[in-house]
Amino acid sequence: MTTHQQAAPAPVGGSLVNAATVVCGVLIAIMAAILLVRFIFGLGTVANINDGYSWGIWVVVDVMIGSALACGGFSVALLVYIFNKGEYHPLVRPALLASLFGYTLAGAGIFVDLGRWWNFWHIFWPGYANPSSVMFEVAVCVTAYVLVMWIEFSPVFLEKLGKRDVKKKLNKWLFFFIALGVLLPMMHQSSLGTMLVVMGGQVNPLWQTPAVPLIYLLTAIVIGYGVVLFESCVAAASYRRTIEMRLLNPLSKIMLGVLAVYLVVRFGDLLIRGALGEALNPGWVAISFWIENIAFVAPFFLIGTVAARRNPARLFLAGIAIMLGGILLRLNGFLIGYGHFTGSGWTYFPSLAEVMVTVGIFAIEVLGYIIITRRFPVLPRENAQVAS
Amino acid sequence: MDSRRLFLKGVVAGGAAITAAAVAPPSYARETHSRPAEALGLLYDATLCIGCKACVVACKEANNNPPEFSTEDRLWDTPLDTSGYTFNIIKMYRNGTMETKDAEVNGFAFMKTSCMHCADPSCVSACPVSAMTKDPVTGIVAYDPGACVGCRYCVVACPFGIPKYQYDSPTGKIGKCELCRHRYQDGHYSACAEVCPTGATLHGRSADLLLEAKRRIALKPGSVTRYPRGKIGGPDQSYEGPVGNYLQHVYGEKEYGGTQVLKLSAVTFAKVGMPDLPPKSSAAMSETIQHSLYGGLVMPVVVLGALSFIAKRNVHDEDDESGTGKDKGEK
Repeated sequence: MTTHQQAAPAPVGGSLVNAATVVCGVLIAIMAAILLVRFIFGLGTVANINDGYSWGIWVVVDVMIGSALACGGFSVALLVYIFNKGEYHPLVRPALLASLFGYTLAGAGIFVDLGRWWNFWHIFWPGYANPSSVMFEVAVCVTAYVLVMWIEFSPVFLEKLGKRDVKKKLNKWLFFFIALGVLLPMMHQSSLGTMLVVMGGQVNPLWQTPAVPLIYLLTAIVIGYGVVLFESCVAAASYRRTIEMRLLNPLSKIMLGVLAVYLVVRFGDLLIRGALGEALNPGWVAISFWIENIAFVAPFFLIGTVAARRNPARLFLAGIAIMLGGILLRLNGFLIGYGHFTGSGWTYFPSLAEVMVTVGIFAIEVLGYIIITRRFPVLPRENAQVAS
Repeated sequence: MDSRRLFLKGVVAGGAAITAAAVAPPSYARETHSRPAEALGLLYDATLCIGCKACVVACKEANNNPPEFSTEDRLWDTPLDTSGYTFNIIKMYRNGTMETKDAEVNGFAFMKTSCMHCADPSCVSACPVSAMTKDPVTGIVAYDPGACVGCRYCVVACPFGIPKYQYDSPTGKIGKCELCRHRYQDGHYSACAEVCPTGATLHGRSADLLLEAKRRIALKPGSVTRYPRGKIGGPDQSYEGPVGNYLQHVYGEKEYGGTQVLKLSAVTFAKVGMPDLPPKSSAAMSETIQHSLYGGLVMPVVVLGALSFIAKRNVHDEDDESGTGKDKGEK
């Protein structure tokens, strides 16, 4: 176990050609082939989306869930820089890297789904842009956040390239980009929930509420910590490193605190609106609601005690439970609990091609994470580690 | 322990700020829009409709749309619903033996499906690039493919399921009724109303159409009255006919702040595919939340200032890789 002195980040090293990177490469190639067909012949040739369910997994999973799972960087930055918990600093770079990839691809993923993608710049163009549209706010904030994250992460590349003077100049202003990097996700993660509001009664009352921005914001923060638990365990296992238990234990306790606030807000809102009755209507929608909320409650049983939080397997499972809850909250609102008016006669289940594109996008994230952590100083240096 | 409590307090305070904003300070509350004074629309009277579908054909021609097939022989245009290529369709309600027209039990009835031209349209509020717009004078909800990014937020937002996308094309557009606004300059009006043989679909100013609708539902069922055809205010093409067994509800008078297309029916609207909608539009709710949080960028700038101040205090040793564990003995 390391001392309380923090280890500086260092490249993990090792070969870039291994089973994991080759599998990612193949998945990315399959995605490219499907996208070629999509761009030549239209969305309908590869995707099962239709006029009853015009947003499929390319929107809900790639963009909404993808960006929520990329909130690790935001959640950790909030902790380290805003609540001044400097001891979590070693988690910043790995979390930020995952967020950087998650968000860049969530932003790029939109192009796959845009039916008239060559007009995309209209969203930012005065005269076209509609500031009353929730999607306008999301698009602007996500784009700005991706830029901010690349700036926040640029010291990693500057260190590698030896550009000390540029890095020094950047550091003077870094606090501002860090502040932006906390503000922008708060804005668009809440707005991703607000996107449901204009759909009115199309969305089941279990997920249609004026409190939806707060619900999406709180879960984004919690998911951020859940993903850090998950990724720390996976990175430790696959790079055969020790797990940073010293940090993950208190981090997971903070996560439980935010989670408790979330559950009070969530069920308080359901009770005030009298919407809980919907959860008792037999059917898939209600079942999915309960799985979502059981997943959010599970961490209290998995890692409720200090002893339990010392168990890496339990931390890992709690991370997965949080991610599952967050994924279902979004799937339920936008797909499973959607279609009250137009739903009759319309069904949607993603095609294999749609799934393979989503898988391909996640493969790019994994491949990018492996390449950058092996070649650039991101993860904390390990004593026993062999340099590249 | 203290700082953890502080952290949770911060989360709660931030949440409270958003909730307070969402619950709407009056300055940013956006009221539901109502119909413009000169709004144009249609009145569809299901009791007059004979299901001839002349309006479906006329709509196809007026909008230069290709036929869509649902039968094996593919002989003629047989769309089952509106689509990216079909902007108007007559649907049929069937129950039991289907003996009586406009009876809910053992009867049948017709219902027109096309854009309602809402006073406060969800599609216009949703569209990030102003491709969906509402004319300030006529109130027609128009679509501009040159502006559209194809995100299909309008498709998922509309409570009537009206904007539809052309999924079979690499350059697919949204398709929806625009009340034949491209035909007005030639002295024409909505093709569906122009060809309707019974006046079941009537074109005119929404205000006039609402008066006509209210006149009809006030009449005694079975009595005789005059029904105009074509458009209100056009050449007289009216005829005498029996009064239907109307529900005392003009659909579109109040739904979502009102729609410019109004409907009369003898069969409960929910059963013929018209959703129950509150008088407050979802666009108003959505924009109230958005403008409360981001109006004038006040909240974001204030929060950014606070965050910058805090971050500046906390990042001072950011670039020292030597490690600066600010240990608070909090394990």
